[in-house]
Parts: sequence; structure tokens; C-alpha cells
Amino acid sequence: MASTTPIDSPPPMQAPPVAPQQPKPAKTGRAGDKVFLALSRGSGILLLVIMASIAGFLTYRASIAISKDEGNFLTTFDWNPAGDPPVFGIAVLLFGTVVSSVIAMVIAVPIAVGIALFISHYAPRKLAAPIAYVVDLLAAVPSIIYGIWGALFLVPYLEGLNLWLDDYFGWTYIFDKTEVGVARSLFTVGILLAIMILPIVTSVSREVFLQVPRMNEEAALALGATRWEVIRMSVLPFGRSGVISASMLGLGRALGETMAVATVLSPSFLISLHVLDPGGGTFAQNIAAKFDEANELGRDALIASGLVLFVLTLLVNGAARLIIARRKEYSGANA
Amino acid sequence: MKLQRNNGLRATALGALAVTGALVLTACGSDDNAGSGGGSGKTTAASNISCEGAKGKLLASGSSAQKNAMDLWVKNYMAACSGVEINYKSSSSGEGIVAFNQGTVGFAGSDSALKPEEVEESKKTCKTGQGINLPMVGGPIAIGYNLSGVDNLVLDAPTIAKIFDDKIKKWNDPAIAELNKGKSLPDKAIQAFHRSEDSGTTQNLGKYLGAAAAKEWPYEAEKKWPAPGGQAASGSSGVAAQVKQVDGAIGYFELSYATSQSIPTVSIATGASAPVAATSENASKAIAAAKVKGTGKDLALELDYTTKAEGAYPLVLVTYEVVCDSGNKADTLDTVKSFLTYTSSEEGQKLLSEHGYAPIPAEINAKVRETVAGLK
Repeated sequence: MASTTPIDSPPPMQAPPVAPQQPKPAKTGRAGDKVFLALSRGSGILLLVIMASIAGFLTYRASIAISKDEGNFLTTFDWNPAGDPPVFGIAVLLFGTVVSSVIAMVIAVPIAVGIALFISHYAPRKLAAPIAYVVDLLAAVPSIIYGIWGALFLVPYLEGLNLWLDDYFGWTYIFDKTEVGVARSLFTVGILLAIMILPIVTSVSREVFLQVPRMNEEAALALGATRWEVIRMSVLPFGRSGVISASMLGLGRALGETMAVATVLSPSFLISLHVLDPGGGTFAQNIAAKFDEANELGRDALIASGLVLFVLTLLVNGAARLIIARRKEYSGANA
Repeated sequence: MKLQRNNGLRATALGALAVTGALVLTACGSDDNAGSGGGSGKTTAASNISCEGAKGKLLASGSSAQKNAMDLWVKNYMAACSGVEINYKSSSSGEGIVAFNQGTVGFAGSDSALKPEEVEESKKTCKTGQGINLPMVGGPIAIGYNLSGVDNLVLDAPTIAKIFDDKIKKWNDPAIAELNKGKSLPDKAIQAFHRSEDSGTTQNLGKYLGAAAAKEWPYEAEKKWPAPGGQAASGSSGVAAQVKQVDGAIGYFELSYATSQSIPTVSIATGASAPVAATSENASKAIAAAKVKGTGKDLALELDYTTKAEGAYPLVLVTYEVVCDSGNKADTLDTVKSFLTYTSSEEGQKLLSEHGYAPIPAEINAKVRETVAGLK
């Protein structure tokens, strides 16, 4: 992450970053080339083999579990593979995973863009670098620590916010709090996930904003635009695709978060749109909670749910790749 | 909007400062955890341990409910018998039994006795015999609560069942007031906490409520929490932490979690002349009323949850060690016998009551010792 990319004197009409530099002919003979080719090709193939075997393993074990499931794997609101008959379904998990991630995105993306703009365009240079480092440090905190912090500190302090939301926004249905209880809800999980995905979204957005061609900004300034107008007219349009792909990376992270969710959420197998009520569950949290005491079928069932998460994450990453590819020449978002 | 090149250096320095600062802070924070971890007390001089025939390495795995007891036993045993290494991996009862039936461990720890199909499966591993249960560690499941201004709360099984089934929602409910005459109960919502993951403690609470309050608790005793409503937290420690934190909360966990965090516990009105408090002594009295339901060498217990004996705390949990009655692996057999002889000895059992567990009553314990001696 070269946070100090010099933007003082970019060449006019910036060329695509992958400038086709002519490789120098190797003078030391062709053996090195061959070895390097074999190594890099081998690594590439190895990656594909690993991914394929993970997918194969998941599919095989999942098919065993689903064939023994007496409920509907997609629509059942229960998780009891040890029962007689075994019944389990992913509806609640899919819903909880998506809802908590969406809440995280809604909170994190505007804040991350704000931080990135502040660092790249507003802050005095002396302040910008430390802020960038502090935000990046958030990524170094282990997720179980977020979980403990969330359960012991965040949850009690969110009770006031919950009551306030219930009082003034209860009419939205979503913020209507129908059950008493501390804030061990999907909403709290969303806030926690937002904090956790802030570093990746911020740092990728920052990189993109730093790559806005200087000429565009200067042209806008020359026309008499204020700083905000410069940002609105040249920085944000230029960075849009980068911010979107940064958000997708953050979303991918939020979807798979395990320990923090498992510690903070009060899981139950019910779907409720009242996000302030305790309840719900996510794929990763459910796997962590149920793995210990699971029997053979229980583990296969968890693996089946893992396959669904795998597919979901694949879709998100695929979407991110597509967006990056669409405006490849600008994006610095290859993190 | 000037970016100078030497900013990189300055920024690196600042970053390094931040990292160092964070490290220093973390180092400070973790200090006082080291002392309290494990809750292991002083090692008593292990005098009566017979190491006869024990050698090499013994692997075991299973229930986390007996983890603290195992840690103490293993520590004392290994101090007395040099050259023997015992490794009890506290995972879960389910995992322990799976490992036992695959033949990878010398014995398994379990919160509940083997099911018939598990016994059937064990015959493959114990070629000449089958898996049996040896009751080794008992303990009370405490019902902890957090209600400012109310001490010595008394409840009975039907009330507990209704609270956890979300039928009683307020602390000043007439059913609770009836059992706690003379105390002023607040008009506050009850927040009942249960375990979010599958757990033997949940199953034992379910067995108790199913026996002592059959009408109010219609659920099967499963490891998964059966009732709707209430809130969940992960692990005994998670439930205890929530009860400690939330005013108006109630939850269940092993007694040691209540004592270590000074959470007040409910006394149960069993029908005896006075309500019974959750202590390891009172739990032993209830376990004494248990009958052996296993056949042959199997010593699986049937607890009497409806006991009205004076001072017997009925909400108890018994954990077993699972071994083969015959057909144990030759290279670990002597070590298993020697170690289990120690854990079931008077000295080994006495250690339990000092650490929040309950010893197995002498009569049953005598049978355990006899069975251990006859293992082949």
C-alpha cells in the first residue's frame, strides 16, 4: 500500500498503469526463464487445484448431508441434524448473513469514503499519514477481540441508541423493537462488522482517490470550483468504480466473519425484520457454534451451509472483479 | 495538496510508534490473566498414587465440563509418576465419544452415558467387549441471577421452567412472589439467557426440568436449546458474563462460574423443609440418591431429579469416563487403570469438592474402583 504515491507531476494524459515496458533480453541464458515459467505456471495451477479440491470436498460432503435432510435445505427454519428425523435449513442463516452485511455496508462505506477523502484531499500531510496508519491498524486487531469488546462494551452502550431508534423510527417497522433484552441483535453485529471492514474499504478508496489525474482537478480549480466541487466533479466520478470494488472486498470480509459475530449475537432460528430484536444467525457463526458437539451428519450439514457461503462469497468477488475490469485503466483497486 | 517524498519516512516512524504503543498496551493488559487461569490450586503431595505398570503416553478426550477436574488430576498424577504423560483434550462429549469409537484415545469423557447405538459401535474398537460408563465427576448446575436488591432468591422447578420458556416475563410475577415472601421484587422484565451452542449442560437442565416439572417443560432433553424466546450466549463463560452484566438477567452454568464471578445463585424449593442452595456438598447428597441403571460392568447412573431429601440439590450433572470393559488397547491399558484408580480414589475424589465439583457417593465409587481394577 504505497500511501505516499507521488502525484506532484504526473505525465499529461496519464498512460495506463501497465505500461508495456519492453522486457530486457536475458543475457544469462534461457534456463532462468524456463525455471521461472515453470514455477509461476506451477503456482497458478496449484491454486486452481486447491480451489477445485475445496469445492469438490464441500460438494461431496454437502450432498451426503442434503440427501439425509428431512426438512427443506433452503426454507427450513431450524438446525437440528442430531434430531430424529434430522431437520436443518439455511434460510435463517442466509437472511442473517445478508442483513448483517448490508447494515455493515450502509454504515461503513460512507464513513470509509469520508476518511479516504479527508486523508487524500483535506488533511494536512502531517495528519494524513498517521490517520491512514491508525485506520489500517484496525485490520490488525484479531476478530475475537472485536467480539469481546463488542459483547462487554458495545452491547451495553447500544441500549440507549436502540431505545432512541425505537422511539423515533419505530414506524419504519425495521427499527421497531418488539422484545425486551440487551442489544445482542443483527443491528449490533452490523455496527461491529462496519468497524471491522473500515480499513480495507478506506485504504483501497484512498488509493483510488490519490490516482485522480492532477490535470482534472487543476482544470476544475481553474474554472473557479471550490474544493467540494472539485471532489464532486472530478474525484468522486473518477473513483466510483474503485469505491464500489473496495466495498465488495469489505462485503466479502463481512460475510465470512465468525468469532466476532458468534460472541456478540444472540442466535435463534427465526427470521425477523426487526433488526433491533435479538435473534437470527449467520453461516460462519452457526458453524463455529455447532461444530463442537456435532455428530457425523451434523458436520456434513455444516459443510453444506459452508458451501452456500462459499458460493455467496464467490458471487460477491466475481461482481467486484467485473466492476474492476470495466474501468481497468483507472482502478488501483487490486488489493 | 503537496506530497513530499520524505513524508514516507516520517509516516513509517509514526506507524512504528503506533505499533509499539499498541504492543506495550497489550502487554500490560494481559498481565493479570496469567495468575487466575485454570483455577488450579496447590498441588497436594501425591502420596497414594500407584504408578504400577503405567508408562508412555495416554491420550484422552471429551467433555469440557470435567476439564478443571481433569487438569488437577493429570497434574498430580504426572508429578507422582515420572515418565507417564497424560493428555486430556477437552473438546466436547460428542467429539470424545467419536474419538473413542475410532480407537484414537485411551478413554473418553462424556456428560451423558453412551447411547445404545454408540455402545454397538464401540464393539468394533473393544474387540472382546464394549464401551462402559464410569461416573467420575459430579457437579451442581447453578442458576445465577442478577437482580439488584434481591438476595437469596428461591424458585422451584415449575417456576424455573416457566421462566426459561418465556411464560413468566416479570420479576414480580405472583409465582415468584409466592416463593419469596417478604422480599420486594421489582417490576422488571426477566431476561433469560441460555447457551447458544449445543451443550451437555443444557441437556442436563432439560432432563431435570423434564422430570421435576413435566407439565411446564414439554421439551425433549437435547443438547440444543429447545425453547423459543430468551437470549443466547456462547459457552458457560458467555452466559455467566451476560448475567453478571445485565440487570434482570437469569441463566444457568456450572457452579464454579458463579463462585468465581460472585454471581448470586437460586436456591431450589424441592419440597424439603427448606430451599436448597447450590453447593457441591448439596449436590453430592442428590447424587447419593442416584441408582445405577447400567447393566453388567456399565455404571451409568439414573439421577433422582425429584428427590425431596433434606439438603439435596437436585439440579446436578454427572460426567463419565468411557472405557472398554475388556479389549482395551494393550499398550495403554495399565496406564488407564492406574490413572482411573487414582481419580476414583478417596484422595482423588476429595480434590473435587475443593474445586466446585461434587464427589461421587462412596457406595457407587466403590463399584467404580472395583470395575477399574477388573478392566482388561
